[in-house]
Amino acid sequence: MAATTKQAAQPRQKEPFNLIKWARSRKGQRSIIIVAFMFLPLLLLFTFTYLPFGEMFRFSFYRMKYIGPKKFVGWDNYIQVFKRDDCFGALKLSLYYIGGALLQLVIALYLATMLSFKVKGGNIFKGFMFFPYLISGIAIGFIFKFFYTRGFVLDTVLQWCGFELDNLPYWLRDQRINNMSLVATSVWRYFGQNMVLFIGAIMSVDADLYEAADLDGANKFHQFIYIILPSIKTIVTLNVILSITGSLSAFEPPYVITNGGAGTGTYFVIMNEIAHVSQKVGLASAMAIVLLLIIFGATILQKLFFKYVFKDAEDENKNAGIRREKQLAKYRAKRGLK
Amino acid sequence: MTAVGKIKNGLLVFLKYFSLVFFSFIAILPVVSCVITAFKTNEEYQSTNVMTLPQSWLNFSNFTEAFQRANMGRGFLNSGIVLVCVLAGSILIGTQLAYILNRFKFPGNGLVRNLFLFATLLPGVAMQVSVYSIMNALGFINHLYGYIILMMGTDVISIYIFIQFFENIPVSLDESAIVDGASYFTIYGKILLPLLKPAIVTSMILKGVGTYNEYYMAQLYLQDKTRLGTVATSLFTFTGPLGSQYNLICAGVIISLLPALLIFVLCQKQIYSGLAAGAVKG
Repeated sequence: MAATTKQAAQPRQKEPFNLIKWARSRKGQRSIIIVAFMFLPLLLLFTFTYLPFGEMFRFSFYRMKYIGPKKFVGWDNYIQVFKRDDCFGALKLSLYYIGGALLQLVIALYLATMLSFKVKGGNIFKGFMFFPYLISGIAIGFIFKFFYTRGFVLDTVLQWCGFELDNLPYWLRDQRINNMSLVATSVWRYFGQNMVLFIGAIMSVDADLYEAADLDGANKFHQFIYIILPSIKTIVTLNVILSITGSLSAFEPPYVITNGGAGTGTYFVIMNEIAHVSQKVGLASAMAIVLLLIIFGATILQKLFFKYVFKDAEDENKNAGIRREKQLAKYRAKRGLK
Repeated sequence: MTAVGKIKNGLLVFLKYFSLVFFSFIAILPVVSCVITAFKTNEEYQSTNVMTLPQSWLNFSNFTEAFQRANMGRGFLNSGIVLVCVLAGSILIGTQLAYILNRFKFPGNGLVRNLFLFATLLPGVAMQVSVYSIMNALGFINHLYGYIILMMGTDVISIYIFIQFFENIPVSLDESAIVDGASYFTIYGKILLPLLKPAIVTSMILKGVGTYNEYYMAQLYLQDKTRLGTVATSLFTFTGPLGSQYNLICAGVIISLLPALLIFVLCQKQIYSGLAAGAVKG
């Protein structure tokens, strides 16, 4: 391709610049198509991602509403974020969501492993467990408001299992349990999707490996530890990182189910309310910037952590390889001597 | 196999099916309870337990009432318009960008990729604080086209699916077309785009389900719900005075998730593989 471009361009080099000729040449066409095909996506990316990002940074130094006068207040909004207990304190709720996210990964990994063995009706199980992922957030809100209502679905099922209704808490009102109820909905929604991702990664493992392991008499547990886990390391890591950053920005469950009431307001639910209900745009922007910084920090830390952990593991593998080579060499040497 | 081995194996099989049945039950219980309730008449709903099966599975009155009350006809129309425009737009834009990024080496190629990748790190809800003011300045609020344009611009996963797919189409194909005198537009439109069909189908399904289910931005930027409601935002009708009439609400919820269910049953494979493709790079 490079050769044709040169051939087309060279004979015309000494002529004065001619726009039409340039546009007809390969080189010109190349530039034109690059600009033409990149203009719209970059314009959209700039308008709806980077411009708002810059604006948000600017807003965070003002006291303002969407419409009306702005007043520069310096770092005031940031100080407020840390001072008001409804803002920064709400991040504590993220711990529930981190717990839920990790539980969800464990469940997904367990089920993916189970489904990677021979299972009758595997696709049906997979479909059932995946389907919640395709339901809209707002519909999930209604489904679970209904599900958790006193005496309704969950209470009925628990009564079948022998619980007394009087001993059961109010799932969405009782502050000791309501955050866990909300986290459970998020686990419910996403565990099937995680599972499908893990199954995809497990399936990409060479089937011969399992056969070889079977022949060597490795049991299922060993197969999991030595074959499955290493092969899905990358995707599990990625999901751990995603679920922790996702937990920091947890929003949907409380927004659609409790609207942030009864102590379930996560950081973003409160930010959303400050931005769109009380219209304290400056304060909301400062909140967003603070959380973005925390998320970046957490992402970088986790990447470093996993790099460190895996580096050790890789070294070990390498060492094991070298050791094996040495043993082989010794063995051969012995045989040679005989 | 020894006797102990047989018992062990039997236990494993039991554990396997038990856990699969258990988690499948958990996954469908909330939805099934909704279906049960949606078929109940008002008297039935008030007098029976939620898990008691309805007297008649042919009682569709809740569905028709929910459909009318929530103005879901309008919702389906608007969602349809949004879907067609967003999918057409984002696939055109996405394949073109992927073509450029995969086939041409030019200064800034890596930068553009990183700009798109970095954008995925920014949580959408937080960004809406200032996107709102930009939408306001552009006069995009309360117009279907404003929402459509916004939805078109925010998709990185399909771009990655396309780039991955382009990587597997040999460059020699482009080169021989160039020798034949084809322009780059022709190569993109006539040669590569048809080959990209599987990737386009996959990303259409994923993006389609995502767009159909989107409600947060829809209620922010399409505030006039009687005229501009989508299927997802039409469900907001059921907050407020109707908030405890769950037989009606459940019917509305079931109607709203039928299209996604249909797509899922028809295109299970593409959905699974599309997710995997998006996850590795995204």
